[in-house]
Amino acid sequence: MFKYLAKRFLEMIPTLFGITLISFFIIHLAPGKPTDALSEMNPKMTPEARERLEKLYNLDKPVIVQYGMWLKRIVRLDFGESFSMDRRPVMQKIWDTKQPLLERRLFITFMLNLIAMIIILMIAIPVGISSATHQNTLYDKITTTTVFLGFAMPSFWLALLLMMLFGVYLDWLPISGLKSMSYDSLSVGGKILDRLKHLVLPMFVAAFGGLAADSRYMRSSMLEVVRQDYVTVARAKGLPEKTVIYRHAFRNALLPLITLAGLSVPGLIGGSVIFENIFGIPGMGQLFFNGVMTRDYSLIMAILTIGAFLTLIGNLLADIGYMFADPRIRTGR
Amino acid sequence: MRIASSSTIIILILMLLTPACKQKVKGSETEADLKAENGQPAYGDALVEGVIGEPSNLIPMLASDSASHNVANHIFNGLVKYDTDLSVIGDLAESWDISKDGLVITFHLRKGVKWTDGVEFTADDVMFGYKTIIDEKTPSAYKEDFLQVKKAEVLDKYTFRVTYEKPFAPALTSWTSLVILPKHLLEGKDITKSDLVRSPVGLGPYKLAKWVSGQELVLESNKDYFEGRPYIDRYIYKVIPDPATMFLVLKTGDVDMMGLTPIQYTKQTDNTFFKNNFRKYRYPAFSYTHLAFNQKHPWFSDKRVRQAMSYAIDKNEIVDVVLFGLGSPATGPYVPNTWPYNPNVKRYEYNPEKAKELLKEAGWQDRDGDGILDKDSKPFSFTILTNAGNSLRKNTATIIQSRLEKIGVKVEIRTVEWSTFVNQFIDKKRFEAVLLGWSIGLDADQYDIWHSSKTKEKELNFISYNNPEVDQLLEKGRRTFAIEERKKAYFRIQEILADEVPYIFLYVPDATPIVHARIKNIKPTAIGISYNMPKWYVPKPLQRHTMGQ
Repeated sequence: MFKYLAKRFLEMIPTLFGITLISFFIIHLAPGKPTDALSEMNPKMTPEARERLEKLYNLDKPVIVQYGMWLKRIVRLDFGESFSMDRRPVMQKIWDTKQPLLERRLFITFMLNLIAMIIILMIAIPVGISSATHQNTLYDKITTTTVFLGFAMPSFWLALLLMMLFGVYLDWLPISGLKSMSYDSLSVGGKILDRLKHLVLPMFVAAFGGLAADSRYMRSSMLEVVRQDYVTVARAKGLPEKTVIYRHAFRNALLPLITLAGLSVPGLIGGSVIFENIFGIPGMGQLFFNGVMTRDYSLIMAILTIGAFLTLIGNLLADIGYMFADPRIRTGR
Repeated sequence: MRIASSSTIIILILMLLTPACKQKVKGSETEADLKAENGQPAYGDALVEGVIGEPSNLIPMLASDSASHNVANHIFNGLVKYDTDLSVIGDLAESWDISKDGLVITFHLRKGVKWTDGVEFTADDVMFGYKTIIDEKTPSAYKEDFLQVKKAEVLDKYTFRVTYEKPFAPALTSWTSLVILPKHLLEGKDITKSDLVRSPVGLGPYKLAKWVSGQELVLESNKDYFEGRPYIDRYIYKVIPDPATMFLVLKTGDVDMMGLTPIQYTKQTDNTFFKNNFRKYRYPAFSYTHLAFNQKHPWFSDKRVRQAMSYAIDKNEIVDVVLFGLGSPATGPYVPNTWPYNPNVKRYEYNPEKAKELLKEAGWQDRDGDGILDKDSKPFSFTILTNAGNSLRKNTATIIQSRLEKIGVKVEIRTVEWSTFVNQFIDKKRFEAVLLGWSIGLDADQYDIWHSSKTKEKELNFISYNNPEVDQLLEKGRRTFAIEERKKAYFRIQEILADEVPYIFLYVPDATPIVHARIKNIKPTAIGISYNMPKWYVPKPLQRHTMGQ
C-alpha cells in the first residue's frame, strides 16, 4: 500500500509541471501586460518609459525564458512579487503574516468554504437519505423542488433579497463584511457573536445553493443500494428498517460522496467573485479576478499552482479514502 | 422527524415571498438638527465612506488608480493646489515667482510644517521627491512632466527652484503631492519595497491608522495639521465591492457617504427617509463620453459623413435615458463653466433630414432599396466598439444604433474586455468607431489627445486626427502662462473640433455623491465637495461614533 502511495505521489510531479507550463503560456497569450495599469491610456507615459518599465519587470524577454525564471523561483517555493502597483510578495497577499489569522484572505475563504461544506453535508445527507426512503412521496417532491430551487436561484438575487429583509427592514443582521465597525471595542463573547452574525446570510446563501448536488447524489446512491440483495437479506432477517438503512445501506451509499468530497478540496481555496462582492468578503475570488483583469502574472500563477496542487492532493485523498472505506480496492492491489 | 429539518428552509422561503415590511427609520438624532443647514462646529465623530475598491499603493507617485489617490490626497499635500474656481493657490508653498520668460519657477515654502512623525518639512523633501520620480527605477506613470525640468535646486531650507527648457504651462500645477516625500524615511531605500507603501507618513489633514486588506482603511485626524486640526476625528473607508450592497448598507446607517448611480439618485433616494437623513449633491464630473471615428477609415475621413452622424444623434435623449438627466450634452473636450470651456461652438441639434442630405452629398444613397444607404454597392454598416462592463456606454451605443438606423446606417455594437480592447483594437487602430470616455485634467492642455505627432502605437491620438492649425494652437497653449492667451487658443481649438467632428462629444456626466445629513459645512463647487473636507464637522448633539477604546 505504501508503495502504491509513493508511486501516486511521484506521478503528481510531472502532472503539476505540465499544468504550470500550460497555464503560464495561456495567460501570456491573453492580450495586455501587467504594466498596462500604469501605462494604458496615460498621457504622461512615453514609449521609452513604457519600455523601461517592461524591462524592469523582465517582460521584454521571450515567454519561455520568463517561464524558466518563474520555475527557478518556484522550486524554492517563492511565488515572487505581484505585478500590481503595490509590488507586494504574492504570498503576502494570499497569506498576510502581518495580519491576524482571521484577516488573511486564504484563511477567510478556506473557513467560509469549509463551514459551508459542513452545513451542506449535514443537511444534504439526511435529506438525500430520507427522500430516497420516501421515494415519490409528497415529502420527496417537496425536498426535491426545494433543493433545485436553491440550485437554480441566482445567488446574487437571493442574497440581495435576504439583505433587504434581514438587514434593512428587520435590522436583525449585518449585511456586508466580516465584522462591525465597533468590533475592536467588543468583549470576547461580543466579538464571536459579531462574527457569527456576519456569517449567517453568506452561509445560508452558500449552503442553499449547494444543497442540490450532494443531496441528489445521496438520494440516487441510496436508491441504488437499497435495491441490492444484501439489503433484501437484511430485511428478510427481520431487522428494523432503521437498522437496515443506517447500519447496512448507509455505509455503501456514502462511497460516491467520497469522490465528491475529494473533488471539492481545491474548491475550498477558490472563492466566487459574485458571492464575495455581494457580501463584501475579502476572499480569494476577488483577488484572483482582479489578478486576471490586470494580468498580474505572478499572482495568477501562484493561485493556479496552489489550486492544481490541491486538486491532485484531493484526488489522492479520495483514493486513500476509498482504500479505507472499500475493502475491494484494498485487497485488489 | 426528517421533515422538520427541511421545513425551516421552506419557512425561510415563504418569508422571502411575503411582501416586505414597512421601512424602519433609524437614528435617534433629532430631525430638526439634522435638517438644519449649520450647527456649532465641534471636534469628533467619524465619517464612513463606502468605496468599491481599496487603494493599491499610498505613495502617490507609484499609484495610478483613483482609489489610491483619493486616500493619499488626505495624507499628502502638494506645493500648489487648485482653488474652487480652478485658479492655482498655494498649499505647501506660500508663494512662488515665475520668471518673465516662463522658464524658472521659484517656490517659497511654508515654515514649520511637520511630517506626522515630527520631522520638519523642507525643500530637501521636494528635491528628494523630484529625484525619485525621475529615477529610472521608479515605476511612476507621472514622470513625463518632471522630465521637462532642466535643473532643480534647493536655494535654502524653504526655497526650491526649477528651470525648464521651454516654457511649459502645466508645469506649475504638476508640483502636487506626487513629489512630496519624506526624505528622512526613504533616502537610500528602494521606494517600491518601502513600508510606506502601506503605512505612509504624510503631512496632510489625516494619517493612516489602520488598513485591513479588502475590508477597511481608517484615517485619523492630524491634530497638528498646518491649516488647523480637522473637525472630524476619523475618516473611514469601508470596502464594499458591490454597488447594490453598498446602497443597502447606506440605508442601514453603516455608511455615511457614497457615490450614487443615476437610478439611485433619481428614483431610489427620492423618499422621506433619504430626505430626512441624507443630503445629495450634484455637479459635473471632470470627464466626458464621446464617439470617436477612425480618421483613416475611408468613410469617416469625409467630414460630411462625421457631421451627418452628429446631426443624426440626439444628445439630449442620451442624457435623459442613459443618465436619467444627470448630466449635460457635451460640445467639446472641456467641462462647462470652467475657464477653457467655449460655450459658443457649433452645436448639432437633432436633425435626421439634414444628416441624410449631408450623406447624399457624400455619395451615400439607398440605391438598392433595402433601407440601408450604399455607395459603390457597399452598404453603410459599421461597428461601434466599446469596453465591456460599462453599462452606461453600452446603453449609449444602443441608442446611437437605433438613431442611425433611422437614417439608413446599420450599426453593430461590440463590447470587448478592457485589456484586449486597448491592445488589440485601439493600439492597432483596428476600429471604425469607438465609444469611450476621457477624464479631463484640471489643466487645459490636451496636447497628447489631439496633436498629430501623437499617433504612434500606444499614443493617445489613436484616431489619427491631423489638423495643422490645431497642432499650432496646442503648442501655443502649453507654452504660455498668460491665461487670456491660453483661453484664446483653446477656444479656437474647440471651434475647429466642433466643425470637423473627429469625435462626437456626447455628454458630461454629473458626479452624484450622497452624504449623511449630520455632516455640515459641505459646499459643492466646480471641483466637487471634498476640497474642504477638513472643515466638515458634526455638531456635538448629532455625533454618532465615539472613539472605541
